[in-house]
Formats: sequence, C-alpha cells, structure tokens
Amino acid sequence: MTPVATPYFFYGLSAIAVLSAIGVITRRNPVHSAISLIFTLLALAGLYLMLYAPFVAGVQIILYVGGIVVLFLFVIMLINIERMEREYQFNKQWLVGLLAAAVLGALFVAVYVKGQGIFPHNAVRFPEQLNTQQVGKMLYVDYLLPFEIASLLLLVAIVGAVVMAKKRI
Amino acid sequence: MQEFLNYLNSNVTPGQAGAYVWVVIYILIIFAAVSLAVIAMNWLERKILAHMQVRLGPMRVGPHGLLQPIADAVKLLIKEDIIPEGSDKLVFWMAPLVVVMTAFTTYIVIPFGPTHAVTDMNIGILFMLGVASLGTLGIIMAGWASNSHYPLLGSLRSSAQMVSYEVAMGMAVVSAVLMTSLTGAGVYGIGSATGDGIGTLSMIEIVRAQMNQQVWFAFKFFPLGLAAFGIFAIAMVAETNRAPFDLPEAESELTAGFHTEYSGFRWSLFFLAEYAAMIAVSSIAVTLWLGGWLRPFPHWLSGDAWDTAFSFFPALTFFVLAGMTLRTTLRMPKHPYFKIQKTGLAVFGLALGAIGLVLLVPQVRDRVEDIYWFTVKVAAFMYLYIWYRGTFPRYRFDQLMKLGWKFMIPAGIGVLIATALVGVL
Repeated sequence: MTPVATPYFFYGLSAIAVLSAIGVITRRNPVHSAISLIFTLLALAGLYLMLYAPFVAGVQIILYVGGIVVLFLFVIMLINIERMEREYQFNKQWLVGLLAAAVLGALFVAVYVKGQGIFPHNAVRFPEQLNTQQVGKMLYVDYLLPFEIASLLLLVAIVGAVVMAKKRI
Repeated sequence: MQEFLNYLNSNVTPGQAGAYVWVVIYILIIFAAVSLAVIAMNWLERKILAHMQVRLGPMRVGPHGLLQPIADAVKLLIKEDIIPEGSDKLVFWMAPLVVVMTAFTTYIVIPFGPTHAVTDMNIGILFMLGVASLGTLGIIMAGWASNSHYPLLGSLRSSAQMVSYEVAMGMAVVSAVLMTSLTGAGVYGIGSATGDGIGTLSMIEIVRAQMNQQVWFAFKFFPLGLAAFGIFAIAMVAETNRAPFDLPEAESELTAGFHTEYSGFRWSLFFLAEYAAMIAVSSIAVTLWLGGWLRPFPHWLSGDAWDTAFSFFPALTFFVLAGMTLRTTLRMPKHPYFKIQKTGLAVFGLALGAIGLVLLVPQVRDRVEDIYWFTVKVAAFMYLYIWYRGTFPRYRFDQLMKLGWKFMIPAGIGVLIATALVGVL
C-alpha cells in the first residue's frame, strides 16, 4: 500500500513528540509529566511505523508505554506529591546543562551534514512484511552473543532489585 | 462510485485494499455491533447469574426484562455528574477516555472472516497485546485522579494484577505464534507438513495457518496446545478484572475500586470498556487457538454436502431462539395486565424468526457463515465468563499475585520451551 499524506503525518507526529517532551520537563505535577511521556512515546511509535518498522513500533508500545510508564506511575503515586509541588524548584547546574545541550546540537548538525546515508529517502528500505523476521534473524543469528549478554544484564538487575527490596532472603 | 463498488469484488480486507470509505463503514459496523453486544451481555449476565442462583432476574422492565439494559442506560445518562473536589480535573476526564479508546482500538485487527476485518496488520497480535496493555494506564489515571483512598488502592491493585497477567498472556501467545511455523510432522504428526516454515504475527494468517495445517492450535501437539490455551484463558479473565480475579472491584472490599468516584455516563464508559475488552481478548483466544472463523471439522467432514449442511447453522440458531421465545409467550400468565408484554415478546420472537428466514437465502448463507462461527465461539467464551462469576469465590490479592507470578509465568515458559522442542524434533 502506498503511503498517503506523509508530510502531514510526519510533522504532526513530530510536533506531538516535541511538545509532549517539553511537557515532561516543564510540568510541576509528576503525574502530568508521566502522561506527557506517554504521548511522546506513542508519537515515536508512529514515527517508527513511518520508517516501515512495524515490529519496533509494536514492541515500543508494549514495553515502553505499557510497561515502563506504568511502573513510573506506580512509583509516582506512592510518594508524597503535595509537598513536592509547593517546594521551590532550583537548578544549580544550568551552565553545564547549556554546554551539554550545545554539544548535542553540534552533534545533530554533524550527523545531518555528514551522514545523509541514514535518512529514509537514501537508506536501503526492506519490505515492511519482513521486519519481524529480520529483527528475529539478526538477534538470534548475527548478534546472538550480545543478546545473551544483555539478557544476563537484565537478570542481574532483577536479582539486585529483589535483594534490595526483600526483608529477608 | 465505481471504485467504491470495486472493493466488493476483491478478496482482501479494506485496509489492505486502500478503500478508505469501506474502512470507515466497517469501523461503524463494528462499533454498532460491539455496543449491541455489550447491551446484550448486560441482560444476559443478570439473567444467567440469576438462573444459576435459582432466582429469576429482571422480569419487570420489558417482557422477561429484555428492556432492562435500555432502562439502565437511560438511568446512567440522566444521573448527576459528580467530580470530587480535590481531584485533578484533566486526568479525571481523560481516564475513561483512555480506557474506552484502547478497548475499541483492538477491534481493528480482529478477523471476523478471511476478508471481514478492518485491516490486516502484519503485526496483528502484537498490536492487540500492546493496545490492551495501554488500558492499564487508564485505570491508574482513574484511581489517582479520584483523590480518595479506596480508588487509589483499587487502581494500584488492579493495574498490578493486569501487568502480572499480561506476561503470562504473552508467553501463551508466543507459543501459539510458534505453532504457525512449526508443522510438527515428526513426533506428533498431527496435520500435514505444509507451510514454508515462516511464522506470522498477522491474525488472518494465523487462522489460515490453522486451516492449512488442518488442526486447531488448541489440539496441536496434544497437551501443549491445550495447556497454552488454558493459560491464556485464565490470564485473560485476570487481565479484564473479572471474577474470580475481581478483588479490585469487589464491592465488599474496596467499595467498587477505581471507578468509585465516577458517576453516570463516566461510569458507563468504564463498564462499556470492560465488556469490550472482554470480547476483544476472547477474540484473541478464539483466533489463536480455536480456529477463528473456521467451521468445525473443515477437513474431516469436507465436501459440498457437509458444507451446505453446516451453512444452515445460522438460520437454525435463530429458529431455535425464535421457538424458545414464542414458547415463553404462550406460557405467560393469561391476565390482562400482561397483554403488552405478551405482544412485545411475540413480536420479538417473530423478528428472530424473520432474521432466520433471511439467513436461509443462499447468497446470505455464504457470506454470513464465517462471521457466524466466529461469533458463536466468542459467545461461548462470554458464557464462560458469566459462569465463572457465578461459581468461583474471589481470590485474595496475595493469592492472585502468587498464582500469576509463581504458577502462570513458569507454566507459560515451560509450555513455550516444550512447544519449541516438540516442533523441531
């Protein structure tokens, strides 16, 4: 199926992603920040779809929005928000932050100037139906060792969390 | 206009054919059908629970309570809309919206027939699982925005339960998706060795794989398909917060849980979303394990005669229903007070009979067959849901979580590993 109205979808999804991301860092109420994060992640899933990667989009929704943001909300609801909302928000690292943002901006410019090969209209486009098969093949055939190391890392994290949270083992 | 009608000759879903007007028409039909199904479920649940508890259920509102759901809907619409004082108004307003939207978005990929779906995404089952997990967010938002103890506790418990059983559901789903590519023509040898060894996540292709392998996945690799089906069937009841896993909404424990502070239309949105989610996860179970739109025994009892015989089933169902209704009409008390109810019930019975007659026409028979078998299987699941509610006592929350994490997930992983082993032997 041919894509329709690509510029509208792209600009719309990007606007949602950027505005929600700004909302995450500027809202005073943490639950509002988490909800803005939901919108950002959903817009990113839409952008993945536009790059003909439906599997990555589906997994983004299941894991990020359906798992990670749910856990964020759990933690946020269990802390005392009213006192935090009235506290004075101060920031002593604004100079370092500005420097880091400038370096990131320079990086983006460098990627745009030197790395035209990764943009969608230049990159090799695989057929959309094979996205799942290709991700599976690469994970389990080409990159099997990094995959197993990553799963060991996750196991260590889970065991560490359980050890820290249990009262007695 | 010609292009609009051209779609009727194609054999793909409207989303794949790019026929947008038909996509909108299908979405409207699904919306109407699901709303009708929720209304029917409301009446059926009260009647069936009542009959299981040896009482009669609603009998006053229409003949045998048939108009009770309409009375309920009117009552909910005219109730006062109360918003608690310290609540976060934006999130309070958004929570029912999120729950209803995620419940209805899953219907885009449900295959009612080989071409009767809104669209056929090649990540169909992944999309459904993902959107179902978005519903959890709506429940958390609802509980938190109510600014009250019981809803907060109820929503935390409810979302913890949903997240736990989603993992078990995922394991069962992955084992079914594995079966689309494994033919098992070795040790277990059920079905022929067709299929090119490439699995699929698309809902319509999963049913086609069952058709090509000539076995419903519930019966494939004998105990493993049933075990995966059983794990999914239990996890889906926990996922939709229905009995016996309904501690978060139990009235004696938490005064209605996360939707305590919602009144009137907002509560009815939660109710609608709960039943729509029930129908959606039942459709996943039917598509993955029970052969979707396939009629029973398409290969053992094959041939034109059997096909025609099975195609009379929709009309037969409606005739049986009409017969039951008319018999009840004749048995109603012969008192002038009951005249209106008697005539109403008789009209209803005749309408059912008329639909049955329409379903006898051959062209209609061919088209309705797939949708009918799918609907019958989902209706069986709905009856099971109501039966569970009437039979099982409620799980305590720690028992629930223990079941989810310590039994369901290891069982799911075990079934997955066993399916993979048996499939490649």
